[in-house]
Order: sequence, then C-alpha cells, then structure tokens
Amino acid sequence: MEKKRIPKLIKELTKEHEVFAPVKKESLVFFEKVSPGSEISLDFQNTTKSPKEVLFPQTEILFTYDIKKNGVEIEKAPELRKKIALLGIRPCDAKALSLLDKFFSSGDHKDFYFSEKRRNTTTIGLACNRPISTCFCTSMGGAPFGKEGMDLLLQDINDKYLIETVTEKGDKLVEKLPWLEDAEKADIEKARDLARDAERAVTSEISGMSVTKKLDGMFDNPLWDQIYKKCLGCGVCTYLCPTCCCFDVLDEATTKWKRIRIWDSCQFSCFTLQGSGYNPRPSGKERMRQRIMHKFNYFPKNHGENFCVGCGRCVQECPVNFDIREVVEGISTDIWRKKNG
Amino acid sequence: MDNPYIPSPAAIRKITVENEEKDIKTFELVFNDPEDLKDFRYKCGQFAEISAFGAGECPIGIASSPTDEGYIQFTVKKVGVVTTALHNSEEGTVIGVRGPFGNGFPLKAMEGRNVVIIGGGFAFTTLRSLTNFILHKTNRDRFRELTVIYGARNPGELLYKYDLQTWKQRDDISLNVTIDQAVPNWTGLVGFVPAVLKELAPSSDNAIAIICGPPIMIRFIMPVISELGFSPEDTFLSLEMRMKCGIGKCGRCNIGNKFVCKDGPVFTYKELQMMPKEH
Repeated sequence: MEKKRIPKLIKELTKEHEVFAPVKKESLVFFEKVSPGSEISLDFQNTTKSPKEVLFPQTEILFTYDIKKNGVEIEKAPELRKKIALLGIRPCDAKALSLLDKFFSSGDHKDFYFSEKRRNTTTIGLACNRPISTCFCTSMGGAPFGKEGMDLLLQDINDKYLIETVTEKGDKLVEKLPWLEDAEKADIEKARDLARDAERAVTSEISGMSVTKKLDGMFDNPLWDQIYKKCLGCGVCTYLCPTCCCFDVLDEATTKWKRIRIWDSCQFSCFTLQGSGYNPRPSGKERMRQRIMHKFNYFPKNHGENFCVGCGRCVQECPVNFDIREVVEGISTDIWRKKNG
Repeated sequence: MDNPYIPSPAAIRKITVENEEKDIKTFELVFNDPEDLKDFRYKCGQFAEISAFGAGECPIGIASSPTDEGYIQFTVKKVGVVTTALHNSEEGTVIGVRGPFGNGFPLKAMEGRNVVIIGGGFAFTTLRSLTNFILHKTNRDRFRELTVIYGARNPGELLYKYDLQTWKQRDDISLNVTIDQAVPNWTGLVGFVPAVLKELAPSSDNAIAIICGPPIMIRFIMPVISELGFSPEDTFLSLEMRMKCGIGKCGRCNIGNKFVCKDGPVFTYKELQMMPKEH
C-alpha cells in the first residue's frame, strides 16, 4: 500500500470501527480516536502513553445506578459491541495487549470490560525500523517487527507499507480492502532486511529470560533495601507501562451514581493499606520489590512470560533515572548476590 | 459474557448490634430476586463484595452458614467509608452483593476428622459460619470432635452471644470462650488465645486446625500449634488483605504469585511457609 493511501485506509476502517491512531500533540504522541480526514502520525518512535488505555481506560464506568426511595436501580454498562481498530500500534504494545488478554481472561471470572473490547479489536500495527536506546523488546521475547498481538502488521519500506496478515481477523479485513496492491517479491525481501537491521539496532540487551528463576529466593535479598532509595514513588512507570493494569474501584456521583474503576499503582502507599491501619507493604522497599517481582517472577509463574515487553517508557520518563534494565541485568548476572555475599 | 462486576440487590432484613462498642453489626440480607439466592451458592469461609450504594464496595466474610435457608448474613466492623455507610443503613435498605468469592474452608478434608477452630476478636465471623455448619443436624455426623476456642478483649466484645449460648447447651462441641483480662461476673476462661490453646492442648491426632485472627495472635499461635503436633498441611489459616475486585484482577491482594481473593483466603500453613512473608 502506498503511504499516501493512509487517509483512505482510515476512511475505510471508520465505516465499521472506532479507529484509534497515533496523533501528534506538540512534541508528544498519543493514541486518539480519529475520523476520516484526521491528521495522524506514523512517524514516531513510540507513543508517550501506551495504547492500553483504549481497552483499559484510566477511568472506566462499570455501571451507573439510581438510588430510589424503595431500592436501587442498576443500569448495566453500555454494550461493548463496538468494533475497535488500533492503527499504528507498535509491536511491543501489541505484545502487551496479548499479555493483558492472558491476565484478564484467566481464572474463574473474566474481566468483562477488557475481554469484550479486546475481542472486538483489530490491531493494525506498525513495525519499528529505528528502535531507540531505551528499547529492549528483544530481551523480553519481542522484536521490532514482532507479530504477537497483531492482526495486520504494516512494515515501512520507504514509499510504501508492506502489509502482512497475521490472523484470520486480519485476513478478513484485507478482503474488505480490494484496492490494496499485491506485494512484490522485492518488497518482501526489503522488509526482511529491514526487520533484521532493526533487530540489530536494539542495542540494549539484558538477560530477560533467566531473571524469573534467579528471583526465586531473592525476596529477602538486601538488594531491595538499596534500589528503592532514589524512587520518589510517583508511579509514572506504572501509568506509562503498557502492561501495568492494577485498578481501584469507587463510587462517584454527578447527575447519577457511577461505579468506576481507575488506574492505581503498586507504588502508592495506600495501595495495600488495610482498614485496620495495617499495611503489608509499608515502605518504598516493599513496593519496589512488588513491581519487579510481579513483572519478572509472579506473573511468569502464573502465565509463563515476563510482564514486561521492553518498550522502555519507564526508563525514558522516570524523574530519577531509575532503570529497570539495570535491575534485571543485575539480578540475572548475580551482581546483587555477589555484592551482598 | 458474564459480567462479574455487577452486584445483585438485596434488602437488609435485620440488623443485630454485636458488641458493646456498637461498631460491629450483623446484617441479614434477602435478595430482591430469589434467583440471585439460588446463584449465590457458597461455602463456609468464602466472602462477598458488599455495596453500600452511594458509598462504594468492600469485601466481607460470610457469617451465615449454607445451612441457613433464605437469607445470608455479614458481620461488619465500622472502619471506613463503606462500612460506615452500612452501619448508618436501616432495616429495609437495599444494598448490593457480588460473590461468593474465594476458596473457603476445606470441608471435604475435614470430614471424618476432629476439628479445632481457633479465632480471635472480630475475625470470628467465617469461623462462626463453619461452626454452625458443622453443628447442623444434616452435617454433624460427618465430622468427629469439634473444639472451638474463641477469644475477645472483654465480654462485651464477644460476637454472636446468642450462638455461644446455644452452643454451650450442646454436648457435641467443646466450647472455650476466653477474655483477655478478668472482670467481675465472668465465668469463662481468662487469658490470650495462644495461652488458652496451650493449656487446653487439644489433640492433633486425626485433627485439623482452622485459625483466623489478628496477625499478632497468629504469630503467637503458630508455635503452639506446632508444639501440639498439628502438621502444616492440616493447619489452615484464613487471611485478610485489601482488595477491590474479588476476582484476581485489581492487583493488590497478592502474596507472591497467589491472590488472597481467588487462591485464598484460606491457605494451609504449609502453603504460607512457602509464600513470601508479606501479609
């Protein structure tokens, strides 16, 4: 597909979908709902906030209700049948969606809101030709041209996008776009070369696969007494993280009562504060440990993979330059064990 | 798809003030839709998310027994926004119930064995459910000797005094109620629960111990339990943790890779020994 056809693609997509795509706002890029004619940006490294918020918004109404004299009337949430298209999602963020899907659909109770929306979502991703210094997707089982969580993957080959179909959903969408041109062999070869080059360009390599086992038995390691000290507990890492999905639930009234859920963070002191005043994670030490252990030990034990995709947002935006890569690498290579005897 | 976040409306049929401080009340609920009661099939030791509409939602252990027909009960201590709203509710108020959640007590494993129930303070609610379940005529034969050790700060803080009276009359339960310090007219035991447990020394032979209480009580009970010979596999503890969703999604009640809401709240002591000490 020629690049100038992007507006046409958006127009086609909006016929059946709510389309979310990267939109530039001054120097930042966000996923926003777009309509035909909207200006979108496919020339970005990665969006400032992750696209998780399309399926797991920062504030989400679970249901509304009216308190009446003789009882309560609960109105269920609006139907979540609308089809969603995520255009321009990067491979790390698409992998994050499939991890979220694993988590939210696990157990006896699926998370109704996420799972329904995910089911109705088509991802039309954009491969990364130029990873940046904070990217470490390859250490977390991903790749700049990774397809996990994608239905279609656009690959930028200069003047055109090579479109690869990944799932049946992607196939079906392509069928509805008869104006797409057949790819030439040279295009496919070009994309293959770019994919290889991009993978090499991810210079930040850490031992992300061995960390889970290493963390077993490190719950009481003195490393936790040290690494949390510069952390402010601001929670920006968890807000920007494409996989962090802890939430709080509360009731709020405007014209009607609403039960809403909002993003929460394990880095906040009140996160685990109990009614009695007791807090099992009373200081930054326990909270930092929870974040690292959850991503690299607890989640892998429950779901078989790290709960980190190597997008690098937490590294880029941390106000005190806390680098999760250094911690993971330090654990994997036994630096902490050695340091602490 | 089933939406586990929508509560079922239920009316408060009866409110019982449980203690002298008047900050613990038992709410007896009847579902507005009888179908919801059928769907709410629970085990002793499970909990539900209770909505006080206009305030919010919080997890509360189920205090009634599955053998109680037509209603469910929750005993609530007034500590925060939601529990205060519940305490301010009158009979007839409609509140919301989601659940039941959690694993509950190991009833199958307890069959044919002696059961030792140990509880302290406000944590006695689900243990009361279990005691009433075992004592029910349809169940009593399936369990052997039943020993209950229950402690409170003072007589006024003992919950379910009406049940304690009934249990005391029976000869198929060894009921041991204790208070922290002696007061006039008190005829029961005096002393902290761990000390009373040590003195009573119930046999661990073919026995299962079920424990629920404040962290400080648990800390002093565990050495006694080991001393008495209860194996870590036969010792069960019910835990508390801050939680929001009740279904393992909101992310705050984990201890290691286990969630207290869905993998617990009841764990064997053996499981707890393997888990990080973060509870």
